[in-house]
Amino acid sequence: MTTVLGIEGTAWNLSAAIVDEDDVIAEVTETYRPKTGGIHPREAAQHHALHASNVIERLLKEYRDKGHSPENIDAIAFSQGPGLGACLRTVATSARALALSLDVPLVGVNHCIGHVEIGRWKTPAVDPVVLYVSGGNSQVLAHRAGKYRIFGETLDIGIGNALDKFARGAGLTHPGGPKVEEYARKATNYVKMPYVVKGMDFSFSGLSTAATDSLKDNSLEDVCYSFQENAFAMLVEVTERALAHTGKSEVLLAGGVGANMRLREMLNVMCEDRGASFYVPEKRFMGDNGAMIAYTGLLMFNSGTTLPIESSHVDPSFRPDTVDVTWIIDEKEVL
Amino acid sequence: MYLQSGAEAVVSLKDGYVIKDRIPKRYRVAELDERIRKERTRAEARLMSDARRCGVATPIIHDIYDFTIEMEYIDGKPVKYVIDETMCKLMGKLIGRLHSGGIIHGDLTTSNMIYSDDRIYLIDFGLAYVDGSVESRGVDIHVLFQTLESTHKDHEELIKAFSRGYRITLDMADEVLDRVKEIEKRGRYA
Ligand SMILES: Nc1ncnc2c1ncn2[C@@H]1O[C@H](COP(=O)(O)OP(=O)(O)O)[C@@H](O)[C@H]1O
Ligand SMILES: [Mg+2]
Repeated sequence: MTTVLGIEGTAWNLSAAIVDEDDVIAEVTETYRPKTGGIHPREAAQHHALHASNVIERLLKEYRDKGHSPENIDAIAFSQGPGLGACLRTVATSARALALSLDVPLVGVNHCIGHVEIGRWKTPAVDPVVLYVSGGNSQVLAHRAGKYRIFGETLDIGIGNALDKFARGAGLTHPGGPKVEEYARKATNYVKMPYVVKGMDFSFSGLSTAATDSLKDNSLEDVCYSFQENAFAMLVEVTERALAHTGKSEVLLAGGVGANMRLREMLNVMCEDRGASFYVPEKRFMGDNGAMIAYTGLLMFNSGTTLPIESSHVDPSFRPDTVDVTWIIDEKEVL
Repeated sequence: MYLQSGAEAVVSLKDGYVIKDRIPKRYRVAELDERIRKERTRAEARLMSDARRCGVATPIIHDIYDFTIEMEYIDGKPVKYVIDETMCKLMGKLIGRLHSGGIIHGDLTTSNMIYSDDRIYLIDFGLAYVDGSVESRGVDIHVLFQTLESTHKDHEELIKAFSRGYRITLDMADEVLDRVKEIEKRGRYA
């Protein structure tokens, strides 16, 4: 049995967890909550720095209280990117210190792949097309020839940021996503809005601006509804294209925006009509969490991938498709 | 005869013609769904003909309805299955001509090209539009490169060969190819 401690801290959540092959053994999370508006990168990093040692101490205590010894820990995994530079550096510093003090290797985990792997672990999905939707990220990923390939992604801003930007313009308090969803339920009319899909890529900034403009002539409920209908239809369309293109038959939803029930419903309908299976992990594994970093670190460690301290620099624009997926053996060879 | 059903259309063969039917999507509100299907059907028929006038081989349109196009059947192989560097250079020349003519395809993949009689036919213009900007051309090529990267192992060589062809038929090719690199870096983490 392998045991890995993982730390996540790319944006809002500072979260650390200890996992083995079977389950999450311990997890502690501290969330940065700005007094006003969206994320302030420097404040978020300060938040993480302030709570880092405390979070690790509480985590190790929980682990000990459950009858384990920290000597069982085989590696320290950390979120190496993508994310906010200052936050990433704070987390990497704690991870290095911990690896040195426990005298175990370090594993650098790609945050997006963390979302994919925890979904594969905690749902029956085996080889899915993954729709990963969060504040800063919106991607369609799937495994092919030793890598998680990006089959489509946003050309400008992530869906979460688009929702937040619109919500701010509409005078809704942060975070805007859940409020937009609530208003959308009470809508009576669909309002025409931009729908931008370019091949497998999509764009949200124009939609966000158009939605703000149409508040002049339409009710907030109708605009929230129509914004969601267009934005989510774009995401579902691209997910369906990736299914058709890869010939895969499973869809996995990942990331914080995955909490939206309308998005789930649309994906579910699309999958039903195509005869594909649709999987959503439970809520605690959808948003950013330490367990996903620990578990992906475990997969990497078990397949021989570790990171020397001297090359453990962070990468704010770390691409998932640059990581060798050493823990999945390709059964079929590609073209 | 039934040819193939992709993500958004059912394509079949009837009386020697290809019938492309855009089917409804239940996950979209009906109004949005009809709008998208109508727009794409109309744009596809028009731009397929426009592209041919720019020297890009496309099937000849026989008839068009709200959600349906009837067109010439191209007897060949999807480029996806016969791809190599020579083919990619040819592809580069083809897309260079399309872009020179002010058309953006919008869904450049190796499934949307048919190799027949030493020529590449371009199909599936449902997401195509008229635009001559570096940005739109860049996104068009970015989409193609992403498909090459995600489906073909030797994609680096293929991309180089494509670029060689693209430079032959488009004056400002280098500017577009530089933009492609920029687009790749963007949109990751705002
Ligand atoms: N004119 C044509 N001649 C021969 N085959 C065609 C023609 N049009 C479409 N096909 C075949 O049908 C498939 C789907 O058509 P396409 O227009 O790309 O629709 P979709 O939007 O579903 O991808 C193509 O990949 C190709 O194999
Ligand atoms: Mg097609």
